[in-house]
Amino acid sequence: MSVIKIKKPPSIVSGAAVVGEKEHAGPIGEKFDLHDKTGAFGMDTWEKAESEMQRLAVNTAMSKAKLCADDIDVIFAGDLLNQCVGSTYGILGFRTAYIGIFGACSTFTEGLLVSSMLTGTGYFSRCAVVTSSHFCTAERQFRFPVEYGGQRPPTSQWTVTGAGAVILSSGGDGPFVTDVLPGIPVDKGITDANNMGAAMAPAAIDTFTRYFIETGTKPSDYDLILTGDLGLQGHGIFCDFMKNAGYDMTKNYNDCGLLIFGLKTQDAHSGGSGCGCAASVFSSLILGKLKARELNNILFAATGALMNSDSIKQGNSIPGIAHLVHISNKKE
Amino acid sequence: MNTDKTTYKKYVKSRAPKSPTLKNSVFAFLIGGTLCTLAELLFHLYITIGISEEITKTLVPVTFIVIAGLMTGIGVFDDIARFAGAGTLVPITGFANAVVASAIDDKSEGFILGVGAKMFTVAGPVIVYGTLSSAVYGVIYWLFGVMK
Repeated sequence: MSVIKIKKPPSIVSGAAVVGEKEHAGPIGEKFDLHDKTGAFGMDTWEKAESEMQRLAVNTAMSKAKLCADDIDVIFAGDLLNQCVGSTYGILGFRTAYIGIFGACSTFTEGLLVSSMLTGTGYFSRCAVVTSSHFCTAERQFRFPVEYGGQRPPTSQWTVTGAGAVILSSGGDGPFVTDVLPGIPVDKGITDANNMGAAMAPAAIDTFTRYFIETGTKPSDYDLILTGDLGLQGHGIFCDFMKNAGYDMTKNYNDCGLLIFGLKTQDAHSGGSGCGCAASVFSSLILGKLKARELNNILFAATGALMNSDSIKQGNSIPGIAHLVHISNKKE
Repeated sequence: MNTDKTTYKKYVKSRAPKSPTLKNSVFAFLIGGTLCTLAELLFHLYITIGISEEITKTLVPVTFIVIAGLMTGIGVFDDIARFAGAGTLVPITGFANAVVASAIDDKSEGFILGVGAKMFTVAGPVIVYGTLSSAVYGVIYWLFGVMK
C-alpha cells in the first residue's frame, strides 16, 4: 500500500467535541464544545448517552459551518460498541446517508481517510466524520462493571468519554487533507489488554516509517506529529523504535491520550484511549490551532487495537492498526 | 519494524512500570485488617445484645454484605477499593461488590436478561469453584473418617 495523494484535497470546514466530566476537568478541558457532569447526557443508559454525544458533536459541527443535515451527503461514523450501535442511534435522526466504519480506536482517522478520498474525487461534496467512546460502555463491554472495586495496572489506559465530529467539504479554505496512508495491521504478539499502547505502537511505527520513506520527508518537516491513543507506554515504544529507524520524535511528537488527561492528577495511569480520544482532541484543540494557523502542517494517525472481549479470553494476541492523514493549510 | 515477537514482548515487559506491590500490600493489610477487626467487634456486639452465637456467625457476614452493597450502590466502594485492593476484594465485601456492581450495570437490559442473567458474571467463578472445592474437601474429609 502506498501513500494516496488526494486529487482535490477537501477542506475540514468545522469540528466539534463533546466530552464527559473527567475530560472537561483535564488539561485541555476548556477547548471542548460541550460536556455533561454526569456523563449521562440526559439519557437512561450509558449506550444512549454515547449516541447522544455523537448527535451533539455532529449537530454542533454542522451549526459551526452553518450547515444543516440536508447539506451533508454522507456521515461516516464509528464507535466501540457491538455492531457500532452507538453510531447508528446517534446519527439516526439526521436522516442522512450513513456509512458505519470500524477500526477500533483508529476509526477517526480511518473516517477522515475514506471521506477525504471520496470527497477529493468528487463522489461527495460534503461529509461528516464522527466517532465516540464512553468510559462506562467500554468498561462494561470489555472489562468489569463500572462500580467494580478492582485495581488497574499502571500500563492500563482510561477510556475517554467523548465524541468528536468534523465536516469535510470539497470547497472551503482549509485545513486540507492532502494525502493519506491506510494502515496495515501489525501483530507483535501482545496479549495483555491492559497494555494497549504496546499492542498498537508497532502499527504506528510501521505506518509512519512507510510514510517517511515513501514521501522522503522527516519528522522535522512537520509542525506536529500526532498519534491517537498510544498513551505513556505506546508513546515511549514509538519514540524508541522510530529513533532506531533514524527518526527523531522528541521535538514535535505528541499523543491525544497524553494530552487529554493529567496522568498523575487524574488517576489516568497510562493515559486516555478509545474512539473518542483522538476524535475529541483533534476536533477541538488541534483543529482550532490549524484554523488559527498556529499549526500548518501535521501528520495525524489514530491507532486501534483490533480485538474484542472474547478474542482476549481465548488468548489471541492483539493486532494494532494506524491510519495516517496529512493535514495542511496549503492545498498542495 | 523487524523486531520479532519474542524480543518485542521482552522489551515491552522490561519498560512497563510494575504495580506498586509494597504500597498495595500495606494498604490491603491495613484496610483488610480494619475490616476484620470491625467484624470481630460486631460479633461481640451481637452476642452482647443477646443474639445466639449460631445466628451471629451468619449475621456478621450479612451485615458486611449489606454495607458493601450499599456503598457500591452509592458509588463509593470502587473509590475505596482503588487504594484498598485485596483489603476489600478478598473479604466478603469484594464478593458483594462484584454482584451488586454487575446488577447495577445490567439493569439497563431488564430484570430477567440483564440483572438475572448477568449478575454473577464476575462472582460466578467464585461460586462455581468455591462449591467445587468444598465438595472435594468434603470427600477428603470423609475418606479420612473412613480410614480412622
